[in-house]
Amino acid sequence: MKIFNFLLLVLVLAALSFPAQAQAAGELEAIRAKGKIRVAVFSDKPPFGYVDENGLNQGYDIYLAKKLAQDLFGAPDKVEFVLVEAASRIEVLEANKADVVLANFTVTPERARQVDFAKPYMKVALGVTSPKSAPITDVAQLRGQTLIVNKGTTADFYFSQNHPEIKLLKFDQNTEAFNALRDGRAAALAHDNTLLFAWVVENSSFVTGIEFLGSEDTIAPAVKKGRAELLTWLNEEIARLTEAKFFQEAYQATLGPAFGGTVDPKSVLIDELK
Amino acid sequence: MLDSALSIFRTGRNLARLMEGLGITLQISAAAVGLSLLLGIPAGLLMAGRRPLIPKLLRLYLEIIRVMPILVLLFLFYYSLSRFLNINLSAMTVSVLVFTLWGTAEMSDLVRGAVSSLPRHQWESGRALGLNEMQVSLYVVFPQIVRRLLPGIINLTTRMIKTTPFVFFINLPDLLKVGQQIVEVSGIRNPLSSVWVYGFIFAVYFAICYPISLLSRYLELRWQS
Repeated sequence: MKIFNFLLLVLVLAALSFPAQAQAAGELEAIRAKGKIRVAVFSDKPPFGYVDENGLNQGYDIYLAKKLAQDLFGAPDKVEFVLVEAASRIEVLEANKADVVLANFTVTPERARQVDFAKPYMKVALGVTSPKSAPITDVAQLRGQTLIVNKGTTADFYFSQNHPEIKLLKFDQNTEAFNALRDGRAAALAHDNTLLFAWVVENSSFVTGIEFLGSEDTIAPAVKKGRAELLTWLNEEIARLTEAKFFQEAYQATLGPAFGGTVDPKSVLIDELK
Repeated sequence: MLDSALSIFRTGRNLARLMEGLGITLQISAAAVGLSLLLGIPAGLLMAGRRPLIPKLLRLYLEIIRVMPILVLLFLFYYSLSRFLNINLSAMTVSVLVFTLWGTAEMSDLVRGAVSSLPRHQWESGRALGLNEMQVSLYVVFPQIVRRLLPGIINLTTRMIKTTPFVFFINLPDLLKVGQQIVEVSGIRNPLSSVWVYGFIFAVYFAICYPISLLSRYLELRWQS
C-alpha cells in the first residue's frame, strides 16, 4: 500500500510546518485524574504484545504496562490498551490517542526526531530466518533473492539503505509476513531477532541463520514530544525497575517460555542503564 | 484435522471474540448504509436538478471523495483532526462518518444516474398536472427509480461490508483483525490455524453478502414481471 507511505509523508510534512506545542504542566496529574493510563501496544506480536484466547492483552510489553499502572494508580488494571500497527506507533502519540507507546519500539534517530524515548527496557538486533532446507547464514547469499520485511520496521530501513541488491517483499502485518515465508514466497525473512527466536521455536523447519545483524538497538517506551513530566517519570520508573530486577521477572513470565530456553536472557535484557 | 480446526474456535473465548469483531463490522456497515441512503437520495435528486450551483458543488464533493482512498479519509478524521484541531473522535464515530461520506457520494451518483435515465417528459407531465418540484420528485420520479437503483445499492452495501477491515488502521479490531490475532497466538502450535481461521472468516463474509445479493435478484425479478 503505497498510499500508506504517501500519507505518512504528508503527515510528516504537516508536522514540520506545525511546531510541536508544549503540553501544559501537570500531565501526570491529568493522567491520574483520568484514572487510566493509555498505552499503545501490539495485538498480534507474541510474545511482546498479543491478545490471548480469552481476549486479554498479554506479553512482555503488557507486563511492563501493568507495572506502570500499578505504580501510578496502585492497581495493575488501570491501563487502557490502544491496539496499534507498527506503522501507526508515532501517529497515535502525535494525535494524542495514547500516552505511552510500549510496542516493541526500537529507538532510531529518525524516530527520536518525532517522539521522545524514555530509557530502554530491552535490546534487539536484526535476525534473518530461512527454511532449514535452504539456510541463509550470510547476507551475501541474499543477493538477487527476495527477502520479506515488515513495512516501516528497522529491518525495512536497514535493508533498503544498505542492501539495495536484495529484493524486498514488504507486508504491513506480521501474520502475512510469516505466512509468506511459510508459503515459500521468499528466500528468507528479516525481523527483530527476539521475535524470530520465539517463532523458530514453534516452527522447527525454519532456522535463524543470522542472529545478529546491523547495530544492536534498544527498545524503549515513547511519549509525545514535549511531555517532559511524563518522560521524567518514565525514566525514573525504568531506572527503579531495572534496579529491582523487574525485567528479569518479566522475562521469566513472558519471553522465557516463548524462547524455549534457547536464548540467553542477557542477549535481550539490559543489565545496567548508562 | 477437523479436531484441530474446531479446537481453535473452542479455545477460550475465541469464537465469541470473532463474533464481537463481526459486530463491529456489521454496526459500521449498517449505520453507514442507512445514513448514506438518507443523505444520498436527496443529494442525488438535487444533482439531477437544474439549479445552477448545487449540482456542481455536489459533483465536486463526489469527485473529491472518489479519488480519496478510504484509508486516507480514516486517517484524516482519526489522527489529523485530533492532532491539528484537537477534535478527538472515537474510532467508531470516525468509521461511521467516513463510510457515510463515501456511501453518500456513491449513492447520490447512483440516484443521479437513475433520474437522468428517466425521460424528461415524466417531469414535465408532473409539472403540467400542477405538482410542485418536491411533489414530482416524491410521487413521480422516486417510485420509478427505486427499481433501477436496487442493483447499485446492493453492490455498494456489499462493497462497504468488504471494506470495513480498514478500520483496524484506526485501532478498531474488526472481524479480520480478531482473526489475525487468533492466528498469531494459535498459529505457533497449530500451523494450519491460518487456513481454518481465514476460511471461517471467508464463510462469514459470504454468509452475509450472498443473501443480500439473492434478495436483490429476487426483488428485481419480481418487479420485472
